[in-house]
Amino acid sequence: MAERRRIAPARLSGLSPVGFVLWLTLGALVVVSMNDVAPSLERLAGGLPRIGSLLDRMVPPNLEPAFLERVAKRILETFQIALVGAVLGIVLSLPIAWLAARGVSPLGPFAYLIKAMVSLFRTIPDLIWALLFVVAVGLGAVAGTLTIVVDTIGFCGRFFAEAMEDADKEPSEALSAIGATNLSVLMGAILPDAAPSMINASLFALEKAVRSSVVLGLVGAGGIGQELKVSFDLFQYQNASTIILVVFVIVLMMEYLTDRLRARIQ
Amino acid sequence: MITKPMIADGQPIIETLALEKAYHRTKPVLRAIDLSIRAGERVALIGANGSGKSTLLKCLIGLYPITGGTVRTFGQEFVRAPSPRQRADMRRRTGFVFQNHCLVRRRSVLSNVVHGLLGEPGSWRAFAQSIAPQDWRERAIEALAEVNLADKALERADALSGGQQQRVAIARALVRRPALLIADEPAASLDPVAGREMMELFIRLCAEHRITLLYTSHNMRHAAAFSERVIALSDGRIAFDSSSRDLTDQDLTMVFGAEAGDG
Repeated sequence: MAERRRIAPARLSGLSPVGFVLWLTLGALVVVSMNDVAPSLERLAGGLPRIGSLLDRMVPPNLEPAFLERVAKRILETFQIALVGAVLGIVLSLPIAWLAARGVSPLGPFAYLIKAMVSLFRTIPDLIWALLFVVAVGLGAVAGTLTIVVDTIGFCGRFFAEAMEDADKEPSEALSAIGATNLSVLMGAILPDAAPSMINASLFALEKAVRSSVVLGLVGAGGIGQELKVSFDLFQYQNASTIILVVFVIVLMMEYLTDRLRARIQ
Repeated sequence: MITKPMIADGQPIIETLALEKAYHRTKPVLRAIDLSIRAGERVALIGANGSGKSTLLKCLIGLYPITGGTVRTFGQEFVRAPSPRQRADMRRRTGFVFQNHCLVRRRSVLSNVVHGLLGEPGSWRAFAQSIAPQDWRERAIEALAEVNLADKALERADALSGGQQQRVAIARALVRRPALLIADEPAASLDPVAGREMMELFIRLCAEHRITLLYTSHNMRHAAAFSERVIALSDGRIAFDSSSRDLTDQDLTMVFGAEAGDG
């Protein structure tokens, strides 16, 4: 029997000249950027005591009943913005995702246009949407809700479309052969298969909406963020610490709740 | 009683004349297919893998456009592909059973059977049993009883065994009260015992309801035992078309090569 020599492949593949240049460029870019924007040691040394004094002025948090009542009202408004925005966004994402999903969309090759619109919704940050809506509909919660709707469509539109694209193809083909319309195939075969990942994405969207709605007030789009901005502007740091603590608890509770729901769905 | 045959026994249900199908211009998959299937017949379409069996089935029901010749189903002729009206008519009179059940796994058995009614006028409510009209649910239960699965109606489809899932697929095809049942390798995904039971069920139901049966198989014993007529495809052409009683080992060797004896 002929002896066959077996050679293990090299542990590391060699770096091509182009790869080497790219890595070098990236390294140089990081070093130059650090020079420009990273804090120098002197600035850190100067800033730390100021952070310390700020923290000192934040405690104890303001627990006056009148203030707590105002915070509670704002928190409720924040929660309403998040809930209404997320639910409207999720509902609107369903038809949008259907139109955008490759191989599922009734628009055929034009589905990518809808996908591009969803990408646009997602890539523009929520604070910029909030600024646009404040200009369009005025200061307050409505601008916040519209922001969350658009943000949720950007998120859910993409994940719903992906879940529909990944759904088992055979039942869809079987229903098409039976004579089902596109809509019946969607309702009968695609949605039941995609449902678990769509519910998962919706819960993430809700969680994300609560976090976003907290900061929207910074640009005047309603909610607790507005109160936080006022506190910092007027140097009322004890008020600010109360708000930050309440926000922390709310976001934590929301994450706990959605985690529990997700676990139940699995 | 589930079936109401719409064409008298012996009348042609499907006829093809010089049917051709090519995915690429240079390599036809089906060539010069002339066949006629008459109402009431039980026909097996056999051939080795890649011989064009499934493609022929899909061309006959208009799922794939043909590239040459003509097809006539239920008295209506089409050249490249059926018109939407022809297709709707054909689908109303035909039941399909696919190789891998093709059930919606996360839906109930009953919903899957109700799906068989999608495509009928006003059928948008047939995507789930919970919102389907009551008489459609009753028809679905009746079809499930025919395959002895009425007691599993509300279980999820993926909780059933492979053989049971294929029976659900048969019920889904039967619920439309078809005149013609087309099945693509209905027993291929099952073990030998379950496969045999499946074919016996098929034959019994088709005989009871006078449904014309056309199925593909690469199992020669099934073809010989469960059909009256065997059409063999080899390299995209009809190699022979004869009564199953007249099948000889020589015929099978011609279609399947040396492995024919193993079947």
